[in-house]
Amino acid sequence: MFITPTGEEVFVIDGHTHFWDGSPANQLNVHGKQFIDCFYAYHTSLSPPDKLWPKEQFEKYSAEQMYRDLFVDGPDDMAIVQSTYLTEFYKNGFNTIDRNAEMAKRYKDRFIVNGAFDPRDGERALEYIHYMKETFGIKGVKLYTAEWKGDSRGWKLTDPNAYRCFELCDKLGIKNIHVHKGPTIIPLDKDAFDVHDVDHAATDFQGLNFIIEHCGLPRLDDFCWIAVQETNVYGGLAVALPFIHGRPRYFAEVISELLFWVGEDKILFGSDYAIWTPRWLVEKFWNFELPGDLKQEHGVDLTPQAKKKILGLNAARLYGVDVEAQKAKLKKGLYASAAG
Amino acid sequence: MNAPLLQHDLRTSEVWGRLALVTDPELDESVTELGFVELVTVDDDGGVDIVFRLPTYWCSANFAFLMADDMRRAVSSLPWVREARPQLRDHMVAEEINRGVSEGRSFGDALKDFASGGSLDEVRDKFRRKAFERRQETMLLALREAGHDDQAICQMNLNTYDTINFGTGEAARQKSRYRELLVERRLAELPGDQAFVTYDGRPIKRNELAAHLRRLRGVRVNMEFNSSLCRGLLAARYRELEADRAERTAGSAPACGGCGGGCAMRSARLPATGGEHSAAIA
Repeated sequence: MFITPTGEEVFVIDGHTHFWDGSPANQLNVHGKQFIDCFYAYHTSLSPPDKLWPKEQFEKYSAEQMYRDLFVDGPDDMAIVQSTYLTEFYKNGFNTIDRNAEMAKRYKDRFIVNGAFDPRDGERALEYIHYMKETFGIKGVKLYTAEWKGDSRGWKLTDPNAYRCFELCDKLGIKNIHVHKGPTIIPLDKDAFDVHDVDHAATDFQGLNFIIEHCGLPRLDDFCWIAVQETNVYGGLAVALPFIHGRPRYFAEVISELLFWVGEDKILFGSDYAIWTPRWLVEKFWNFELPGDLKQEHGVDLTPQAKKKILGLNAARLYGVDVEAQKAKLKKGLYASAAG
Repeated sequence: MNAPLLQHDLRTSEVWGRLALVTDPELDESVTELGFVELVTVDDDGGVDIVFRLPTYWCSANFAFLMADDMRRAVSSLPWVREARPQLRDHMVAEEINRGVSEGRSFGDALKDFASGGSLDEVRDKFRRKAFERRQETMLLALREAGHDDQAICQMNLNTYDTINFGTGEAARQKSRYRELLVERRLAELPGDQAFVTYDGRPIKRNELAAHLRRLRGVRVNMEFNSSLCRGLLAARYRELEADRAERTAGSAPACGGCGGGCAMRSARLPATGGEHSAAIA
């Protein structure tokens, strides 16, 4: 729970968190090292100096630490924990659903565990979706289109096998498709971060919500064009939000663009934990005001109501979380643990 | 006086001068200004080695290839250069790209292990368009700022454009860069041609200008954002590399053998700031 300077309670769902193991012991090859190194570069280049972690801690952290950073020291009420397999880079995967679910079950009512699938697995991908639904009751998945597999260096949401997976997700009520656009090498004649496949998939699967993580960065402009046309496309703020510290003017421009094209009902807060911790992000976001010239130019504003939607209410709607009931449940849980 | 050494320095700085003209297609900024080029070495036989590194191991292979190829071409255009050898370091497909560029192969050919065929023309054009739009927005906003009304801007010809003095800021920098793309794309060539048209060559009507500018702003915000992200990631990556090196060489002889330019470049880059870097080149 985030308490504003005026004492108001704001319900926070952290839309994008990870419980990974990127440690050298788990790295399979140089790509595994480079992957976590790249994350660490994001961490060090955009965090305030007093929030920096040592590399070793960043590579692998405990469930207790995650719980403390998000819910005790941090303002999160709930967090969506995403699964990313990367089994070509990491011996036991980077953060599989099994690892995430194992962690989540220790902290009742706190985590929404999302799955992941790889359409290139064909029939096995469909079986795996069934397995995740039955075993973990997932309501969402995180897809990483740049994941390597054998000789393949990426896939598209419009691939026929991906469409078969979406059909099944729709049928099973796995409504929230989080998409992370990493750099793909193929097709060779396309922009490696092209987001246009989102457009087609969103049109063809009106029953699904497509949450584009990092707002399509580095293709924010293309993403805005797509989001304005597709009612079921959302933007996740992870990576864009940390700019609020070092480059507040850039952040103001970015959030203005998003508010204008995408709208306050379709933007989701995410810390991208453990790349960043949520406390400073939420505090700075709540205290942030759009500069007057941008307000005027765009005809938008980042009102307290808009902030509440972005920080939690939008995600609550997508995941069917009854905010008041959830608050009551969490309070009861806290009293119970305090009494215990 | 040491004449060969002087000539050597002169050649090195000529190479930096050519490299400064190579841009990152995604950011429309110079690869030297961005701090991507780490080291230039000129040998006595007209061979030039250019070591460069991108902000991450995962940066788009397309762009990495384009930059390496553009560096090779730009440096090869110096009359005394016999062979220019760009070497991309610490990248997921560094080996394939370096080999492909040195052999003058196409991107599709160089990375054919991943997929067959494919050319970069479409992607090159997409980012040419974004570069054009970003430069155009800068000029349009500068003209409005200077008091030109929308009607006058939409009707302005190249001759008038050329006569306007934009002082010393970003608009002054982009004035010739915008013009270059107008000519390259054959959108305006003669003094009487309209200076402001869309990338597809359509005139911009006065009542369309506001909507046009709104779209261009999205392009600019995106590019500036990426540029800021890339500089931050590159600086972070160098800090890591330096830490790694320090760890490896701790207790042994100093790693630096006195390479001159390279170290000056590197120390000027932390934190990555174009201004200091340019100063180091000059």
